[in-house]
Amino acid sequence: MELLSGADMIARFLQDEGVEYIYGYPGGSALHIYDALFRQDKVKHILVRHEQAAAHMADGYARASGKPGVVLVTSGPGATNTITGIATAYMDSIPMVVLCGQVMSHLIGEDAFQETDMIGVSRPIVKHSFSIKHPSEIPEVLKKAFYIATTGRPGPVVVDIPKDMTAPTERYEYLYPKKVKLRSYNPVTRGHSGQIKKAVDMLMKAKRPILFGGGGLILGGASAEFTQLAKTLNIPVTTSLMGIGAFPQTDEQSLGWLGMHGSFEANQAMHHSDLVVCVGARFDDRATNNTAKFCPTAKIVHVDVDPSTIGKTIRVDVPIVGPADSVLREMNELVAQSKQRPDTEALAVWWKQINDWKASRQGRLYEAAQGEQALKPQQVVEAVWEATSGEAYVVTDVGQHQMFAAQYYKFDKPNRWITSGGLGTMGFGFPAAMGIKLNYPEDEVVLITGEGSFQMLLQELSTCKQYDIPVKIINLNNQSLGMVRQWQDLNYKSRHAQSYMESLPDFQKLVEAYGHEAMRVDRLDELKPALEKAFAMKDKLVFLDVYVDPFEHVYPMQIPQGSMRDMLLSKTERT
Amino acid sequence: MRHIISILMENEPGALSRVVGLFSQRNFNIETLNVAPTEDPTLSRLTVTTIGDDRVIEQITKQLNKLIDVVKLVDLTEGQHIERELMMIKVKAVGAQRAEIKRTTDIFRGQIVDVTPSVFTVQLTGSSDKLNGFIQALGNNTILEVVRTGVSGIARGEKVLSL
Repeated sequence: MELLSGADMIARFLQDEGVEYIYGYPGGSALHIYDALFRQDKVKHILVRHEQAAAHMADGYARASGKPGVVLVTSGPGATNTITGIATAYMDSIPMVVLCGQVMSHLIGEDAFQETDMIGVSRPIVKHSFSIKHPSEIPEVLKKAFYIATTGRPGPVVVDIPKDMTAPTERYEYLYPKKVKLRSYNPVTRGHSGQIKKAVDMLMKAKRPILFGGGGLILGGASAEFTQLAKTLNIPVTTSLMGIGAFPQTDEQSLGWLGMHGSFEANQAMHHSDLVVCVGARFDDRATNNTAKFCPTAKIVHVDVDPSTIGKTIRVDVPIVGPADSVLREMNELVAQSKQRPDTEALAVWWKQINDWKASRQGRLYEAAQGEQALKPQQVVEAVWEATSGEAYVVTDVGQHQMFAAQYYKFDKPNRWITSGGLGTMGFGFPAAMGIKLNYPEDEVVLITGEGSFQMLLQELSTCKQYDIPVKIINLNNQSLGMVRQWQDLNYKSRHAQSYMESLPDFQKLVEAYGHEAMRVDRLDELKPALEKAFAMKDKLVFLDVYVDPFEHVYPMQIPQGSMRDMLLSKTERT
Repeated sequence: MRHIISILMENEPGALSRVVGLFSQRNFNIETLNVAPTEDPTLSRLTVTTIGDDRVIEQITKQLNKLIDVVKLVDLTEGQHIERELMMIKVKAVGAQRAEIKRTTDIFRGQIVDVTPSVFTVQLTGSSDKLNGFIQALGNNTILEVVRTGVSGIARGEKVLSL
């Protein structure tokens, strides 16, 4: 066994754990660790320009790869700057390990320079956190951190490391712990067979069933099993915003995603169904609308790896606690063995109804701009979809552009739709896209953003320059905080309090100043050529500043306090 | 309804703050809270009384179970159980009051554990209801100070909350 300092143990552990990139920013309390990283070349460190971006980069990578993202920052402001990033990961159950420097142990509690109680500050937004009390415990604590972050319902874990724990002069035995055991943490590995059988029985008997998949399918790598179940039984499929891509959206069984800005047919089908089988979604307020009026005629089967999700917001008839992949595998086996067959007659009637709903909105979703008219954001997203053959990783920020991207880019694969669904963090998109492009250099990574969100962390243009990260940025520029403005139009008689962006920068010049490419698009005839040109520049970051109609609203939009089917369909129509 | 939830948790720094933080973070209420080490130095036992309907209590127990530091827990009010709370109460005691307070204390099977010419300190153990009853029984006597430990509880019979 070899003797290593705490700092070298950290570097060595990250190598042994197979971590390729970490994202961070140095500072006093983390300098021993930075020195240890400097003296090796396996783990590569990406220097961001703001610690929040480090957390989002790690998060983006984790969402695309299913592996934990790793962040390294110093104490005090370095640590607190990651808070929004940690909260973002927490709300969407993203595996992440955040290593934070801390002041020397003997200074803790004395309001030392750059001291913050990071364990305390981060407590409500982490899955767990550790504070290192002795250098010798570093390998085991780090292994526990990775284990907790990645198993069960994943989430961020913070490790607080006082500077003296990494001192180069103190050396201890290092051994990479292959496994750890925690007596108080044993995530379930399979669901209850009796409950699973009950659920399959109900699926066979249902007359108006619907499958509802959530982000848990993506996190749990269960898209194939989910798709198989839907295809075998010919059941309509919807997903939550986070579940987009778990089932191919171009498949005719897909109704798109549901909820506040979900599709007309998905919300209608949910409302009228007699059985909802939900896997890996948490029935949050943006998905259910008023829970008292939620799916009045449906029995509900809820599969989730986290028991606290079940029964939290809505009453569930058949709860199944277990990982999505294993539960669905068992369901598929039962379906294959079963002598029962689905009620095809009832399903045909149900599909007729659903296809009528679909057809009733076809071609009426929005009015595309012609000629000199201001571009509609929806048609820009559709053009991006075509230009990338639906194969890109699409990352968004938060607001109208996020909803348009979700509605008009059709995802056929999981892990390609990357968005901050739970916390709704403006500024998330750009660094998340960077984290993905860095790790998947051969794939197209497109950030669809707005001029409001993009300005929250645009300094990362500098990081992209340093490491040559050629993401493509589509800025749907409506010169206003579109979603805020939409709510003000609907609920505040168009009093646009602080939702107007005065004095926008010349984005083209700004992006060029950082050494990247930029173009401006105003009209329809410029759109396609600009996209082609942008995507042809494989190794360049290209920023397309696309001016769009500032008065466009996102529809459908569920009516607050209503049921799933109560929706505004345009500025003048409602259900 | 009032529930007594008894928790075995890792005797680690920060574990208590995770439990307490969870209650405020998720808008659950805490009536009483009591925590101390057990015979196993690596474990603490925490008892919390809380009020909520079935849905809320289910969420409380599920969310508590999710905390990594929580090893095991039980809702004692689901079965037969014994609950106890210790109270020390300082009462003004002069003249005729002295005999009356002594009598009341005896009726409640309490003890007077400290005496001055004008003050009795009474120690009393029992359910929260009994302690409340004693305070009421003191009637017009002047209460100078009350300190209560909060509820501790244990299941009746052979049921055990351990590893």
